[in-house]
Amino acid sequence: METTLIKSNFKSEEYFINMGPQHPATHGVLRLLLTIDGEIIKKVEPDLGYIHRSIEKMCERDSYQQIVHLTDRMDYLSSHINNEAVCLTVENALQLDIPDRVKVIRTILGELTRIASHTLWWGVMGMDVGALTTYFYGFRDREMINDIFEETCGARLTMNYNIPGGLMFDIHPNFVQRTKDFIKHFKTKLPEYDTLLTGNVIFQKRMKGVGILSKEDAISFGASGPVGRGSGYSCDVRKHHPYSAYDKVTFNEALKTEGDTFARYQVRIQEMWESMAIIEQLIDNIPEGDVQVATNAVIKLPKGEFYQKVETARGELGVYIISTGTKNPYRVKFRSPGFSNLSLLNHIAVGGKIGDLVASMATLDLVIPDIDR
Amino acid sequence: MNISLNITETIQEWLMSMMPEGVASIAAMVTVALIYLIIFAVAGLYLVLLERRVAAWFQLRIGPNRVGPLGLLQTMADALKLVSKELTGTIKADKFLYNLAPYFVIVSSLMALAVFPFTKEFQAFDINIGIFFLIAISSIGVIGILLGGWSSNNKFALIGAMRSGVQTISYELSVGLSLLTMIVITGSLQLSEIVEVQKQGWLILQGHVPAIIAFMVYMIAGTAETNRAPFDMVEAESELGAGFHTEYSGMKFAYFFLAEFINMFIIAAIATTVFFGAWLSPFGITESLPWLGVFWFLGKTLILVFLMMWFRWTFPRLRVDQLLTLEWKYLLPINLINILIMAIIVWLNLTIKF
Repeated sequence: METTLIKSNFKSEEYFINMGPQHPATHGVLRLLLTIDGEIIKKVEPDLGYIHRSIEKMCERDSYQQIVHLTDRMDYLSSHINNEAVCLTVENALQLDIPDRVKVIRTILGELTRIASHTLWWGVMGMDVGALTTYFYGFRDREMINDIFEETCGARLTMNYNIPGGLMFDIHPNFVQRTKDFIKHFKTKLPEYDTLLTGNVIFQKRMKGVGILSKEDAISFGASGPVGRGSGYSCDVRKHHPYSAYDKVTFNEALKTEGDTFARYQVRIQEMWESMAIIEQLIDNIPEGDVQVATNAVIKLPKGEFYQKVETARGELGVYIISTGTKNPYRVKFRSPGFSNLSLLNHIAVGGKIGDLVASMATLDLVIPDIDR
Repeated sequence: MNISLNITETIQEWLMSMMPEGVASIAAMVTVALIYLIIFAVAGLYLVLLERRVAAWFQLRIGPNRVGPLGLLQTMADALKLVSKELTGTIKADKFLYNLAPYFVIVSSLMALAVFPFTKEFQAFDINIGIFFLIAISSIGVIGILLGGWSSNNKFALIGAMRSGVQTISYELSVGLSLLTMIVITGSLQLSEIVEVQKQGWLILQGHVPAIIAFMVYMIAGTAETNRAPFDMVEAESELGAGFHTEYSGMKFAYFFLAEFINMFIIAAIATTVFFGAWLSPFGITESLPWLGVFWFLGKTLILVFLMMWFRWTFPRLRVDQLLTLEWKYLLPINLINILIMAIIVWLNLTIKF
């Protein structure tokens, strides 16, 4: 992008600046190597490795039950969905017949996780564009979901509620009532989000027409989740390849065609409404039945390659397991949504200002441990 | 009841009885300066506390309420902590300018306080170019920010300082011009005379439509001049970390921090003086008790301060180019037209006088 400074006789010089690994807007230990001309971004190079724990390698060492617990630590805001992905892969490989009760509970918890993740995203998104109050509004509602998780799963962030073959134990007696209470509460609070932030003129000026990603680019960069859907790329795994109880519910896939940061913002707000609709359809008729099917104490997958993808709050998470028939996998590969979404940051941020970079990065909803496994 | 708040004269007379005239006037100046310094250092601390409580109110929190009754000693404790902290700095910083910068900022904001008429008599320094003095003095602060950002050898600080330079210089035009609009009515730059004119009705009523426009422009530009949200480009936490004061610690950081709050008070106090009749009570209800003027002055100022806090805790931040667009393409032309309208209104004698 040509600046007026370059066209005039003044000499302009590009300079290099380190954004991160300790920086408020990178939400973790992401380091961006920025080349800037004044305020205008010339190049963004993400530098990874600050929180790499070699989870994929550790998986080769562990049994299939243990792998589930490692996945919590990837995308910690969708930990339940990560667990579910591994469990589904193992269950499909073993061709287990999972009870309907498990499927429905997994779906409800998955959608609650999605709402929790999106409320946190909304809070920090507001902070990134300078509206500090949103953070507390987002956390107020997320706290209620965390309480529900705490009661049923025993943990607030890394739930570890799924095991290959079902769930650890049955849901808490209060679960249904508290979830209903939350839905009732959140239906009055979600419009508040729009009042506080979405309708604000300054906010819309900051978001509209910034960080534009076309549908073609979204597909070729492998964007998924709200980032892909904000560009009009219909990529919801829940719709196209339903798993758990998603084939039993009706919901709309939030799609926007603008492809800018505001479209991605609206997609996530819309997804919260859809998640509530899914939970409402399921919460009243959780089927009776077992919460586990018996598996061997030592699970051995048959020889072969197994793949399962799920829709986390950030996009498409793929679990790919190569088994040689032993109790450990030969190789595990996670296809994490954050990694592909981060790869398009340079594409959408170049030419914008530093403020635009921060806004674009906020709508990619990066969770660094998910990128840096 | 006759409480005299004419501090400069009272102190000078008292000192004259003890020492020769020349020494007495110098001693009086120093004493008054010290009194102001102490009052406003403490007032600044309480503004910080107020900000934190207001923020908590907006954010579904309680805010600091543990240190002292109702948390009233919280900011005192914070200040003590900052005094005791180590002063760090970067290795290749320009030491002289780096150390000088905080003083530019704090001195400019404390100097501006001298001219405010808290009551008819409680005014340390009543010069005939009062408004001009205020604008001139408060713009010195930006030098401190520029020096601090430039000398601390940090690119984030440098970007913050450059943004600040651009922002303050641009918005100073609007602050000056919107105040000038009101000067058209008063015909004087002297603050005591501006208050005198308002005995026939506060200027925002006297000047009606153009005065209200001028007030709105002034509040927007004033918020921008104090570098507060939604115009906090300078610190822009999510973009620049801490902005120009990234490399400052301890008391030097506290000077920047305190200056921000005193500046906010100054912007609100100027608005009170010029638009809302300074110490004058509404409908003259407390005319017989002139010392109550302090209450009215502070009351009006704090309402405006609250307004600025309201902006800060609800609005997102503008982008740097949008900030300049707002000033140069909207506020400045509006202001210039507004002055013309005001001049016509005054010329045709259409102002409202009670």
